[in-house]
Amino acid sequence: MAAKTSTPSASSPSPKAGRGNRSATVWIGRLVVFIVIIGLWELLSGTAFNSFWLSKPSLIVKRIIDMTANGDLWFHMSITLQESIVGLIIGMLGGTLLGILLAFSGIFQKWVYPYIMALYSLPRVSLAPLFIVWFGIGMTSKILMVVAMVIFVAFYNAYEGVRNIDKDLMDMMSTFKAKWTHKLRWVVLPSITVWILTSLRLNIGMALIGSVIAELVGSNRGLGYYITYSSNMLDTTGIFTGLVLIMIIAVVLEQIIVQVERRLLKYR
Amino acid sequence: MENNSHPKLEIRDLRVEYDSKGQRTVALENVQLKVEDGEFVSVVGPSGCGKSTLLKVVSGLLKPAGGHAFLDDQEIQGVPSQVGMVFQNDALLPWKSVIDNVRLPLEIKGFAKDKQLEEANRLLKMVGLDGFGSYHPKELSGGMRKRVALARTFAYDPEIYLMDEPFGPLDAQTRVKIGEEFLQLWENVGKSVLFITHDIEEAIALSDRVIVMTSRPGRIKAEFKVNLQRPRPFYEIRFDPEFKELQKEIWAQMSDGE
Repeated sequence: MAAKTSTPSASSPSPKAGRGNRSATVWIGRLVVFIVIIGLWELLSGTAFNSFWLSKPSLIVKRIIDMTANGDLWFHMSITLQESIVGLIIGMLGGTLLGILLAFSGIFQKWVYPYIMALYSLPRVSLAPLFIVWFGIGMTSKILMVVAMVIFVAFYNAYEGVRNIDKDLMDMMSTFKAKWTHKLRWVVLPSITVWILTSLRLNIGMALIGSVIAELVGSNRGLGYYITYSSNMLDTTGIFTGLVLIMIIAVVLEQIIVQVERRLLKYR
Repeated sequence: MENNSHPKLEIRDLRVEYDSKGQRTVALENVQLKVEDGEFVSVVGPSGCGKSTLLKVVSGLLKPAGGHAFLDDQEIQGVPSQVGMVFQNDALLPWKSVIDNVRLPLEIKGFAKDKQLEEANRLLKMVGLDGFGSYHPKELSGGMRKRVALARTFAYDPEIYLMDEPFGPLDAQTRVKIGEEFLQLWENVGKSVLFITHDIEEAIALSDRVIVMTSRPGRIKAEFKVNLQRPRPFYEIRFDPEFKELQKEIWAQMSDGE
């Protein structure tokens, strides 16, 4: 009897508290997974297998500290960041603009769409050597590579976004005799904001892939270069350090986008 | 309304065709229609009879395959400046606040910002939404959203209102309430209205004339003049014997030959 009456009161805390609990569980769970994996790596490296091949978390942390002290860290990271961000901006702007224009271009979109998709199916990584032949091993070839990686996702999202605009809203604007500038500002851009943010999120990873690959193929600076350099020295700790730094950049940039998203999509 | 020399809206021999998947479907055929200045005309008919298509032609969003549509004796080409549309699903901008939604037509017309806000606030008060300016459409009930949509069209101040089942998705009570408020507002404004609905009672209670359409292809089947007093009590008028008689006749026309 007592158990029966206690059940409903136990399950009655407000839904908000329940959600808070669940998110705490999620974070604790994540932390546990992190500690287990890093801990196993640390323990097994040097005992179960040779730490020469897989390095060790403590060695990587030490390397990051050393690199910060002698300035190498910021030198390589800033180069890769610059290439990625400049390329990301150019690619996002260009792709999005292209997507909007093409979606409104009537029959023209049917002419060019298959060719854009054909280009998209090309493994763009294979363009890196071409860009290096054209622009040398400097920044330009890297930025171009990032643009090539980023532009298609941006294009496709903007294009699909425009095609998914609520037709009633466009009709409504037309019946108020709105010019295209008003339609763009009040309907088109707000409608495709979700799509643009999605492509921005996907493209952060793409941009890093682009810059690092281009650096691997030919450069004298950047995290990609640091990885190849370490590889030539058979320095696995260096390779892993480069990978960890790339991962950190990706996570930080993604978090920035999440915050931007929250602000822009508050109305939902 | 004896003089039919200069109607606000005139439609002659209208024919509209749709091209869907290579199939030509006739949506409207041989439609004749006149709306006088200041007249409230309702079109009733089963769903899919092309009622909404009729509004799209008048608002210039759709080109007819044959026949003519005139506003103030001018053939309709592109979106005419005299029409204001109220859409079935409100067509509010979800990313804009209520006040921004209402001032949109004024922004398009190029009014100064403070003038826009002043007018939008006046209209919000008029439709009973004083104090809701900073809300977003998602935060409002269906009836409130409808009021915002009405306020927006009032802001545009058209010469003829085109209303596509504007109270359709509302529940019965809200529907009567909004209908009543709209009737009062309209009786003060006195502009022409072409009102689409499938609700016979709503049509009679609001209109000066009710037009019955058949489906596939949409044709005008019958026309009824509503001689009930104005201003009209939107709900109580339904108990008037003349109202009942009209309702019976219109229902007979609609159900016959379906």
